[in-house]
Amino acid sequence: MLATTYAIPDVLVFATAALLIVVGALGVIAMKNPVHSALSLIMSLLGVAVAFLEQSADFLAAVEIIVYAGAIVVLFLFVIMFLGVDKSQHPHVEPLIGQRWFAGLGVFITVAGVVFLMASSHWVSGVPAASTGGTALAPGSGNVTQLGDSVFTTYLLAFEATAGLLIIAVVGAVLLARRERTAEADEIVEVSDAVDIAIDDWVADETEEVDS
Amino acid sequence: MTIPASWFLVLAALLFGIGAFGVLTRRSALIMFMCIELMLNAVNLTFVTFARTMSDIGGQTSVFFIMVVAAAEVTVGLGIVVAVFRRRASTSVDELSELQG
Repeated sequence: MLATTYAIPDVLVFATAALLIVVGALGVIAMKNPVHSALSLIMSLLGVAVAFLEQSADFLAAVEIIVYAGAIVVLFLFVIMFLGVDKSQHPHVEPLIGQRWFAGLGVFITVAGVVFLMASSHWVSGVPAASTGGTALAPGSGNVTQLGDSVFTTYLLAFEATAGLLIIAVVGAVLLARRERTAEADEIVEVSDAVDIAIDDWVADETEEVDS
Repeated sequence: MTIPASWFLVLAALLFGIGAFGVLTRRSALIMFMCIELMLNAVNLTFVTFARTMSDIGGQTSVFFIMVVAAAEVTVGLGIVVAVFRRRASTSVDELSELQG
């Protein structure tokens, strides 16, 4: 019945994307080792990229892989390796009694409510309005140009603001992660300076001997 | 016929739910950040789906900006995690309980 309603390749692509997304997401919250969680996150993000491609958002699918899987997850992995895998965690200790059950109940109510709202709302089940006041989407995969136009004309101010935001974020991260200069660190610098001077002297002596 | 929007929307709701459950139950700040990324991606998927069904490029533009903000958020967030770890030698959020009454 499914095959007669929808094209088989479409259904297969959707099933692949859904499987990648759900299994990856479950892996993120179930794995004990943070490195495994980060790898599961990559799997989930790849699934989202496939779902983007399925809906002809080509540029966003590429950005999803480059920025998320390629940069953000690598940043996560870098921090995990930098700090060392945290051994102090006790995943079975609950700080609040019944926290898992309440969390599960809350999430179930939220998701069920959202799905119920979607089932009964006209903009999901009914015929969508032809135009919502914005630029209409080009058919097929030709909307990369359109996205560029939109970002650099209609949303130019927001685009410039994100540039400022990124600069602020970088400066803030450097400031947060910078190690304070302590007396100990100064001592190390002094020692290394002394070693440098000694090496320079030695090199100078050697060259003098060669010259003479 | 192409896949209907509701399938993608239900998938996005599921992804959001899994991410929210992770934020509520996991205690490691790093894992909580990853779960926030999952929730952001669920919203991105919803935006792209509506961009397709409503035939409006504005949805995809929003996803573009969400990705930029997510990158900035992760940068600052991981900076905070590193700064806290240096003082505490732990990434567990339960250890940060000085402000409780």
